[in-house]
Amino acid sequence: MNAAALHRAAGLRSGAEALSGSLPPLLAEARHLAAALLMGAHGRRRAGMGDEFWQYRAAVPGDEARAIDWRRSGRSDAHFVKEKEWQAAQSVQIWIDAGRSMQFASAPALPEKRDRARLLALAVAVLLIRGGERVGLSGDTLPPRSGSVQLLRLSAALSAAEANADYEAPQANALLPHARALYLSDCLGDPEPLRAALGIAADRGVEGALVMLLDPQEEAFPFDGRTVFESMGGTLRHETLKAGDLRARYLERVAERKALLGDLCRAAGWQFTVHHTDASAAAELLWIYRALERRR
Amino acid sequence: MLVLGPIGFTAPWLLLGLAALPLLWLLLRAVPPAPVRRRFPGVALLLGLDDRSRQSDRTPWWLLLLRLLGMAALIVGFAGPVLDPETRAETRAPLLILFDGSWADARDWPARSARAEQALDEAGRSGRPAAVVSLTDLPPGALPFQAPGSWQERLPGLRPRPWGGDPQQIARWASELEGDFDTLWLSDGLRRPYREDLLAALEARGTVRVFEGSRPVLALAPAVFEDGAIALKALRAAPGPRIETEIVARGLDPNGIERELARLPLVFENGAPEARAALSLPPELRNRVQRFEIAGQRSAGAVSLTDDALRRREVAIVAGRDNREGLRLLAPDHYLVQALAPVSDLIDGTLDEIVQANPDVIILADVATLPPGTAGAIEDWVREGGLLLRFAGPRLAASDLARDAADPLLPVRLRAGGRSVGGAMSWGAPKSLREFGAGSPFEGLEVPPDVTVTAQVMAQPDHELAARTIASLTDGTPLVTRARMGRGQVVLFHVTANAEWSSLPLSGLFVQMLERLAVSSGLARPAPEDLAGTVWTLDTVLDAFGAPDAAASLAGVAGEELAQRLAGPGPGPSVPPGLYAGEARRIALNVIGPETEIAASRWPERIAVEGLGIGGERGLKGAALSAALLLLAADLLASLALAGRLRGARGAAGGVLIAALLAMPGGGAKAQDAPPAEPQAARPPISQKAQAAAEAVVLGHVLSGDAATDRIAAAGLAGLSRTLFERTSIEPAAPAAVDLESDALDVYPFLYWPVTAGQPIPSDGAYARLNAYLRTGGMILFDTLDADVAGFGAGAPNGRRLQELAAGLDIPPLEPVPRDHVLTRAFYLLGDFPGRHAGRDVWVEAAPPDAEQVEGMPFRNLNDNVTPVVIGGNDWASAWAIDENGARMFPVGRGFAGERQREIALRFGVNLIMHVLTGNYKSDQVHVPALLDRLGQ
Repeated sequence: MNAAALHRAAGLRSGAEALSGSLPPLLAEARHLAAALLMGAHGRRRAGMGDEFWQYRAAVPGDEARAIDWRRSGRSDAHFVKEKEWQAAQSVQIWIDAGRSMQFASAPALPEKRDRARLLALAVAVLLIRGGERVGLSGDTLPPRSGSVQLLRLSAALSAAEANADYEAPQANALLPHARALYLSDCLGDPEPLRAALGIAADRGVEGALVMLLDPQEEAFPFDGRTVFESMGGTLRHETLKAGDLRARYLERVAERKALLGDLCRAAGWQFTVHHTDASAAAELLWIYRALERRR
Repeated sequence: MLVLGPIGFTAPWLLLGLAALPLLWLLLRAVPPAPVRRRFPGVALLLGLDDRSRQSDRTPWWLLLLRLLGMAALIVGFAGPVLDPETRAETRAPLLILFDGSWADARDWPARSARAEQALDEAGRSGRPAAVVSLTDLPPGALPFQAPGSWQERLPGLRPRPWGGDPQQIARWASELEGDFDTLWLSDGLRRPYREDLLAALEARGTVRVFEGSRPVLALAPAVFEDGAIALKALRAAPGPRIETEIVARGLDPNGIERELARLPLVFENGAPEARAALSLPPELRNRVQRFEIAGQRSAGAVSLTDDALRRREVAIVAGRDNREGLRLLAPDHYLVQALAPVSDLIDGTLDEIVQANPDVIILADVATLPPGTAGAIEDWVREGGLLLRFAGPRLAASDLARDAADPLLPVRLRAGGRSVGGAMSWGAPKSLREFGAGSPFEGLEVPPDVTVTAQVMAQPDHELAARTIASLTDGTPLVTRARMGRGQVVLFHVTANAEWSSLPLSGLFVQMLERLAVSSGLARPAPEDLAGTVWTLDTVLDAFGAPDAAASLAGVAGEELAQRLAGPGPGPSVPPGLYAGEARRIALNVIGPETEIAASRWPERIAVEGLGIGGERGLKGAALSAALLLLAADLLASLALAGRLRGARGAAGGVLIAALLAMPGGGAKAQDAPPAEPQAARPPISQKAQAAAEAVVLGHVLSGDAATDRIAAAGLAGLSRTLFERTSIEPAAPAAVDLESDALDVYPFLYWPVTAGQPIPSDGAYARLNAYLRTGGMILFDTLDADVAGFGAGAPNGRRLQELAAGLDIPPLEPVPRDHVLTRAFYLLGDFPGRHAGRDVWVEAAPPDAEQVEGMPFRNLNDNVTPVVIGGNDWASAWAIDENGARMFPVGRGFAGERQREIALRFGVNLIMHVLTGNYKSDQVHVPALLDRLGQ
């Protein structure tokens, strides 16, 4: 083994360790966030329930023989079917915008939008999986499954997600019918793919929530003077001589974009909210949870 | 050199650079400010948004102007601008720089030195040799022409002298001049006897330029007594516009510290050559005055030393009738003694002895007949300047003294019997006093209306009577008469010195009249024959700047020479000005004598006289470059502001920077223009905190950097302070948090220092002050707070930190508190010293190795000091701590045993503070057996 190979192996290992290193904290943080919520409004839900059992009902003609719970039926004359309504609960598919624009944080004290999105997504996943739901990522990388192992898979997938383009379009093709979806994105790119995705979701009866994650600077536009603005990947570029002049018009466009997204969501039966990275993640988590819980 | 108006340039070709400025304008105009590059995800929303105006595409005109001005200032600055350039014909002749070197030079000596230095600079530039000569310190031999550089080194050593040049010496020196040279004469501005001849001699050798300061020459004549007040006269050389100045009287205060005793305004009226002022001081203060000076004048001529002329009079009181002992109020001299004792030295004795003692004043109260032979002696004494003050009385009235012929010792002839007015057996009312007329020494004194005269002796009408009367009654009869005799005088009060004949001795007027008379009998200036054969030593010497100094070792001066100097020419090299002490007498030789007159120098028309104000080139390079720097700094900030990079705090910081830059050159210029002030010991202001701590006993705790620890320490000391207040006579104020870096330590008798692992190491300055604090009796209680978990040593983090902290401290060898240490009995008897923890040993300064327990003594005689440090880890502050409601903050131990432990902890605190404040006082009990033994028990 020559020196170059040694070097490569060492680099790989250190990279792997750095990657795996961020995983437990993210999961831990997400669990912490989720626990805060469970302790509150939903704490009692789990008490005494234990597993996926919902109820026994009398078997009716048409029930498959193997659906009959013989242990229960043996204690009486009638046949009972063990209903697994809870277990057949929703699949939730989460899409996190992997665009490089999500890597933006205006101040060192603020998290990147991507990090906040991962945190929220994983915390929701913790909540949902504890509630027995199946959670997966949109697209075909990680289909919805339940169980705590899924949490590890999720966090691994989230941490591993690599950004390529400046702005990414949502993938709606793999949406399961009648599932639920959670989209986390800054929605600053072209809205057309989003519109298409929401259309597909509506067609398939998928309901969900769209969270627009914005950095405070993106809302305030506190710039002045001659400035060249570049997107995070450097593909888009805009030069202005008086950035201060643009502020009003930029803010107008942001408001337009929010209005557009709100309209799209309303049309598709989705919930829409705007979250800022300097705001509390727990409050947002509560909103998301309620939004996904709605009509369940 | 290129000269444009008042400004010249040493490197004028650099100014061509100014022509390039328009080009710069075009270049700068075309370049817009560089853009800021920002990563911003929202750029997708910005696409398509156009700028509404294209104006800032180009640099704004004012920014351009700023830059161009900055560049122009740079160019001009490097071109070497000089204000008021001196353009003179070049000459290669040697340069003689001549100082008058007298006391009048001292008033602006730094300016003169600077002018000489400048002249030496010029001479150095043009390669001329130069010589510097002071007329009061003439060099022997030929003129010492040398390279100007070597003279520049010696120039600071040249000082003016507190006298003027000697005309004869100067004439001799002038006659020996040879060779051709130009002269720069730095004149002192006074008319001097040698001036014309010397000028002629110098002009024969080359051109003469004259330099004179523009400050007026002021001088102060010696203070004299005139009718009870100190008369001061100030002179000036050139009568000019009105000048208002002040005269300051300086002397020792009762503590022997020299300070300003009085200050009075002095006004030279427009065109007046002299100004006068009178200073009336209480005798006590007057006796202390050592010198008068004109405020703000640094010159020996403006200082006048005072001598015996201001000292207390010696007064002898002789009363005629001594046979009525016990009736003090009726004694003829009672009121005299009362009035004179505070202000003069009274002499007792018989008349013979008194005359031999040569007092300033002899008072004869109702003494009619003098012993034979004594009258002649008194007469001689009066002629020598004595003041004989006589009071009338029954004896004088009954005697035949001065009835038929004038008695030399009475100013007037007396009529027999006297008169009585306003009594039971006479007509008329008691007479009161008439206002004092002009020429009377009592002029200006207010006559109280209740002063009445019921009886008096009457003067014979006489052609001299009116002239000799200095006070009279309302009906015109003389009340006080005076006759001059030789240098002295004889004064007669026509009433008694007690209250029998008049109420005058009861009034304040009597005291004032005595004072006027007594003080106006000042010593006359000594004549040469008076001083013949005496030797006078210089006691205090005055330098040319008017600063008195203790004379070191100068040979004595013969009395004749001193008197001759006093009479005429004033001080010289052999007789410097100052205070000369002889036997029991001191004479001041001042630069300005009573008759000295000063006048301004006059120069012929052909001589160019330059003043201080005009002379001197001033380089403007520094100013121009500073302006350029300022402009460019402003440009920097303006550019930042334009580019939107100057926001918020950074903007404020920039503003502060600009303000500092703007303030700086002004301050610097002021510091340069101001005359060199006398070095003054700058005392740092005392902080409010230190002052509060100095006013009471304040326990201090050292800030550990850990907020919780500091809070507990403060609460602990508050608890200890309360306990001390309740139980002992120590009544501490609220404890203070002490920052080692900034606070004064020496106002705290005791510092509590909780040691935490994260505590920063103090700076070197803080260590220096801590060590000074420990050496001067302060105590620090180090508490590592960890006795519950750690033993003493480097095992625990706090212990390690303590070792690091204490490495820089001057700590003596330590030992665990021995059983007989004074800490165990400073107030309470204690066996151990628990805090919140009752963990481990407490360490104090080790006992000296030779401390032995003596048989029969309860304890050893240990160190004589307060231990500078006490080190432990029992977390005493937590045990002591009380919250703002006075409740204990932390539990100690369990139950009653815990409370007992807290009590012991508090007792330890009390003992500790007692030990700090009283030292080893309790150790002195070792001596109790010895003391009892000595008392015989």
